[in-house]
Amino acid sequence: MGKIVKYKLNGVEREAEEGRLVIDAAKDAGVEIPHYCYHPALGNPGNCRMCIIEVAGAPKPQVSCRTGVREGMVVSSDSEAAKRAQASALELHLVNHPLDCPVCDQSGECGLQDYYMKIGQYQSEVREDKEHKDKRIVAGPHVMLDQERCILCTRCTRFVDDVTKTHELGIFGMGHAEKIALAPGMTLDNAYSGNVVDICPVGALTDRDFRYKVRVWYLDKTDSICPGCARGCNISVHTNTARPWHNDGKRVARLKPRVNRDVNGYWMCDEGRYGFGSLDADRLGKVLRLQPARTELSWEAVAAEVAGVLKNAGDGLAVVASGMLSNEDWAAYQALFVDTLKVKRHYFASEPDQVGVEDELLRKKDKVPNLKGAQALGLESGSFDELAKNLESGTVKTLYVVERDLTKVYGDRARVLMAKAGTTILQGPNKYSLGDCFTYRLPATAYVEEDGHFTNFEGKIQAYQKALAPIGDSRPDWAIFGLLQKALSGAKTSGAVA
Amino acid sequence: MAITVRAVERPARTFATQLYLVEVWRGLAVTFRHLFVNLFRHAMKAFGIKGYLPGSVTIQYPEDPAVLGKRARMRHRLLKRDDSTPRCTACLLCETICPAKCIRITAEDAPDPKIEKRAKTFDIDLGLCVFCGYCVEACPVDAIHMDAKDVELSAYARKDMIWDMPELLGDKVKVPSRPV
Repeated sequence: MGKIVKYKLNGVEREAEEGRLVIDAAKDAGVEIPHYCYHPALGNPGNCRMCIIEVAGAPKPQVSCRTGVREGMVVSSDSEAAKRAQASALELHLVNHPLDCPVCDQSGECGLQDYYMKIGQYQSEVREDKEHKDKRIVAGPHVMLDQERCILCTRCTRFVDDVTKTHELGIFGMGHAEKIALAPGMTLDNAYSGNVVDICPVGALTDRDFRYKVRVWYLDKTDSICPGCARGCNISVHTNTARPWHNDGKRVARLKPRVNRDVNGYWMCDEGRYGFGSLDADRLGKVLRLQPARTELSWEAVAAEVAGVLKNAGDGLAVVASGMLSNEDWAAYQALFVDTLKVKRHYFASEPDQVGVEDELLRKKDKVPNLKGAQALGLESGSFDELAKNLESGTVKTLYVVERDLTKVYGDRARVLMAKAGTTILQGPNKYSLGDCFTYRLPATAYVEEDGHFTNFEGKIQAYQKALAPIGDSRPDWAIFGLLQKALSGAKTSGAVA
Repeated sequence: MAITVRAVERPARTFATQLYLVEVWRGLAVTFRHLFVNLFRHAMKAFGIKGYLPGSVTIQYPEDPAVLGKRARMRHRLLKRDDSTPRCTACLLCETICPAKCIRITAEDAPDPKIEKRAKTFDIDLGLCVFCGYCVEACPVDAIHMDAKDVELSAYARKDMIWDMPELLGDKVKVPSRPV
């Protein structure tokens, strides 16, 4: 921490660390200075000239992203001179911009639109024809590039150079012909490519997955935590419920990262960003007994039946779970299966199906968000090989599966192993491939339909919020565990819900 | 602007108004003035004498077609470009502005990268439409007009009030279902 100095911003005396960039100091003070090229994580090349301010004593306006705060400095970002300078910088950005806002996916959250409404000159003095460049270039599996809309802020090239160090994008050409393009022979297919869409202040880089699905002003935004891996990136779930005919009827339109310097910084990986596709696939909505015949039951009736099954199972009961459960779910899980039923066989390890690529930036090996939550409660998982042996030898007769697809664990063998167990219960949001083979099927809510907490790999506990209404009769996992416990012990309710 | 109240005096009751007969004759005078003026104008037309305004006529609607004002807002019509592709770029501004939420559009990639986006489906539920004309105002590409010269929009089923894109473009004739 450097020396704290006093300076004046827009006529108000303020304090900031000496040498702190004026644009950052102003943001701390609640004054937003328009900017495109500056990004806290990508540096300040100072090429967009939008954050221009008036500094008393300086002969010319200065860019606030390259000016440090000094003792006694007098800065104004909203004086006539500063505003005129910003307006003319914006006018130059718009010289070759095609103004195709009606068909651009960025409109509604576009830096050009926002600043134009705020400080725009409205009457352009440019009389030259616009330079036309290529539109609709498939930059990679997730990103579409439109060179015309680009204002050459270089945020995306700095991202691929400094953050992912993969160097797929670059600036080619000179003058009016200058444009962002893929490096020869490369495609933008790194594991974090979706982030260039977020940092692009205009519509030059857009999401292929989200392309033409929903206009951004129809979306509702809810703070959440990515369930894709043990990192627990802070995300915002963008949902479209008011106009269901858009986005092919899918309720979640896209996921965007939220800034959290302690966890994910400004980024999230493509795996997490585009991993919500199966969220609404084959959802369970009804409480069912599938064997011997398909019967619809009420929650109370099924709780009584399943509680009876669990009580009689004794040592023959094994519980398969996954790190998808929230801290609340794990607490109720512990109260039901450990404290009440004294179950010895718990299987929730991420091996073999819920592991994946780990890298130095964000991605972790465990592809579930909350194994740490189970470990914090002292729960220990057996290996799935052991479970397979127990199922084959007939030691395990009752199988309770929570939010896990056994086909992913055992492959084709899963069906055979399932058949060995007597009574099987599936609890979870999706049907998965073996969903019809279970004795009971209890619908649970997905993470976007409940409030809860995940504990990430570092032990940070983070809250996620309910973004959508649950489907059908589905209930949160902790509520189902609580219901079973109530049925097991008469009137006693699960008090362990954190 | 502040609201001001101005008291208006009720016309004084005179002997003439109280008598009633005078007012009846004054009313009949208006009726007969119209009769004779129109009779005169029709007569002048019949004799072929020009320079007089046309006389009033009774329009035999619905046997004769309705006479509509130049700026009347009628059924929507989607316009085409010179190459007969729909002008609509599926920007969804009309869907956004529509106060009745009667427009439903889904978008797709257009074959021409310069056009970029086009409508895959474009449905207007005329049963919900309030004929405000905001969609026409909002359209940035002049793709929708409310000048289809069609105001007789009744149907036997609610689903027949929904017009799809080929029908709005005039490529397909709307065939309403018969009552069951």
